[in-house]
Amino acid sequence: MTLAEAILLTITTAATPLLLAAIGELVVERSGVLNLGVEGMIVIGAVVAFAAAQLTGSAYLGALFGMAAGCLFSLLFAFLTLTLVANQVATGLALTILGLGLSGMIGESFVGQRGVQLDEIAIPFLSSIPLIGNLLFNQDLIFYVSIFSVFGVSWFLFKTRLGLQLRAIGDSHGSAHALGISVIKTRYLAVMFGGACAGLAGAQLSLVYTPQWVENMSAGRGWIALALVVFASWRPLRVLAGAYLFGAVTIGQLHAQALGFGIPSQFLSALPYLATIIVLVIISRNRRLTLMNTPASLGQSFVPDR
Amino acid sequence: MRIELEKRPAHSALFSMLSPFIALGLTIIAGAILFTALGKNPFDALYSFFIEPLTELWSLHELLIKAAPLILIAVGLSVCFRSNNWNIGAEGQFIMGGVVGSIVPIYFHEWNSFVVLPLMLIMGMIGGALYAGIPALLKTRFNTNEILSSLMLVYVAELFLDWLVRGPWRNPEGFNFPESRSFNDSAVLPELFPASGGANLGIVFALIATLLTWFMMRHMLKGFEVSVLGQSARAGRFAGFSSTKMIFFAFLFSGALAGLAGISEVSGAIGRLQPDISPAYGFTAIIVAFLGRLNPLGIFAAGIILALTYLGGEAAQISIGLPDKVARVFQGFLLFFVLACDTLIHYRVRLVTAIKARTEGEGAS
Repeated sequence: MTLAEAILLTITTAATPLLLAAIGELVVERSGVLNLGVEGMIVIGAVVAFAAAQLTGSAYLGALFGMAAGCLFSLLFAFLTLTLVANQVATGLALTILGLGLSGMIGESFVGQRGVQLDEIAIPFLSSIPLIGNLLFNQDLIFYVSIFSVFGVSWFLFKTRLGLQLRAIGDSHGSAHALGISVIKTRYLAVMFGGACAGLAGAQLSLVYTPQWVENMSAGRGWIALALVVFASWRPLRVLAGAYLFGAVTIGQLHAQALGFGIPSQFLSALPYLATIIVLVIISRNRRLTLMNTPASLGQSFVPDR
Repeated sequence: MRIELEKRPAHSALFSMLSPFIALGLTIIAGAILFTALGKNPFDALYSFFIEPLTELWSLHELLIKAAPLILIAVGLSVCFRSNNWNIGAEGQFIMGGVVGSIVPIYFHEWNSFVVLPLMLIMGMIGGALYAGIPALLKTRFNTNEILSSLMLVYVAELFLDWLVRGPWRNPEGFNFPESRSFNDSAVLPELFPASGGANLGIVFALIATLLTWFMMRHMLKGFEVSVLGQSARAGRFAGFSSTKMIFFAFLFSGALAGLAGISEVSGAIGRLQPDISPAYGFTAIIVAFLGRLNPLGIFAAGIILALTYLGGEAAQISIGLPDKVARVFQGFLLFFVLACDTLIHYRVRLVTAIKARTEGEGAS
């Protein structure tokens, strides 16, 4: 493996959790719900995936459990914001705070254990293509799922009737309700999808990226994923581009730390966060563009008037 | 069976008062279930969590030490949240308050004078306010989402502090520990009753901030402006209020209070800078703000309760071996229940069974 190939490979590993979490949140936001609990769902997914993998010895079961945990955890948010019409911003924060606490408690006995790593699956023939073969076709299952999810979600949102309904709900829940579309039910499903994606993103962190459990190991990725959705102006393919851009920044700063350059490591570690702010500024300064793309009902509660 | 909400004609004053207490009750029940699940006697656990810290004088002091930063930050956040500005980066503003306020005692560590402490406090407030000014500027100038930008700045502040105490501000006589010099006496926040425990002026600042903010929100035009713009930016514009100025006001105000909390903590409870100066006070304060129903007086009480969960967490760890993370879980539960109970203020909640729904439908047709 060449050095360039190795670097590209680490970039895909760093980008995958961002991509998954962001693509899930994109669907949630397209349905008009703002779930700020992505960070909490990722970290719950990470700890449950790690614990399940340790206990069963199977990384695949771990990933499955992580995904299910993220999904279940998101139901808490859905119940509060959709059934009890609680404030979405505050509830999302609550989900993050609870997720960080709960994961710390669950993971306490797993700290310092060596994890089970999800193994690579080489796709016959394709993986032997020079240059890109190893990179794209000799990866773990979660990577394939993440790439598939981009195209799957894109197809679902823009080519299916259900996707159209989901977007309609996000743009005007009142009109969608009047047309007989079930707003609350669709939003529940969207939030659960987002939770499952975030949970799988967490599983990737504790089974692939660094196969171990460390408290707060999500390290702000949930927030970066939220920013990516804005950056992508709610389009799946742009999320793909954004996630890889951020993966590159993350890996780039790690390599810069290894090489030294005389720049304090803390400044380099701050780069992904600063890059997020800069990117947000660049995207959102064009008010018209943001206004045109933002789902119009985003963050608003809906109470059906029967 | 499903849950149906019916909008109340006016918000319920009764549930406005009751909802935080219902939430507390539910949290305690949830806590008891959690403790049982962890294999502990729930009564012992609840006792060491909520009663034990109140039985001794020194731990009452500790309670005030922990409550002060929570109240200071949350009072500031309440103004922010009421004006519909979502500053969730108070943790970063707390850190920057601590950092900027520490410039004097670190660079002029031999300066003994009564002006040192006031200077530190003012610089701390400026530090916190300026740091909160960044998301405000980005929001007003570039339309950037303040939730994300203020949160990202928390990570940046943490890393910046880490660099300072391991690099340029490391104590030259400190055997390479990542710590600054210890502050001299004139840079340390005085204790209130040194005979019985360590509670310092921080809680007095918290009390003053609470009362002033309460007065502002209740009796001054500025407070009215905050509420109007928060409820409807459009209505506020008709009244001649400026959203842009309000964004700056809310962020600078909450940033300054978070900064004051930061430098008070560094100067009072810690006495020097170190990589870790906050057990997530900036995030817990969000819970305090909501538990206090965004009312400064309510926040003061809520701050004491959340401070109790920090102390209770430590006590329960020592006395019955509960993991220290339990306190965080508790705090998370509490916020969930608070938000859920707030629904009762604006809505009647009814459980509708399938049969009942059908007969109702027939009755209507």
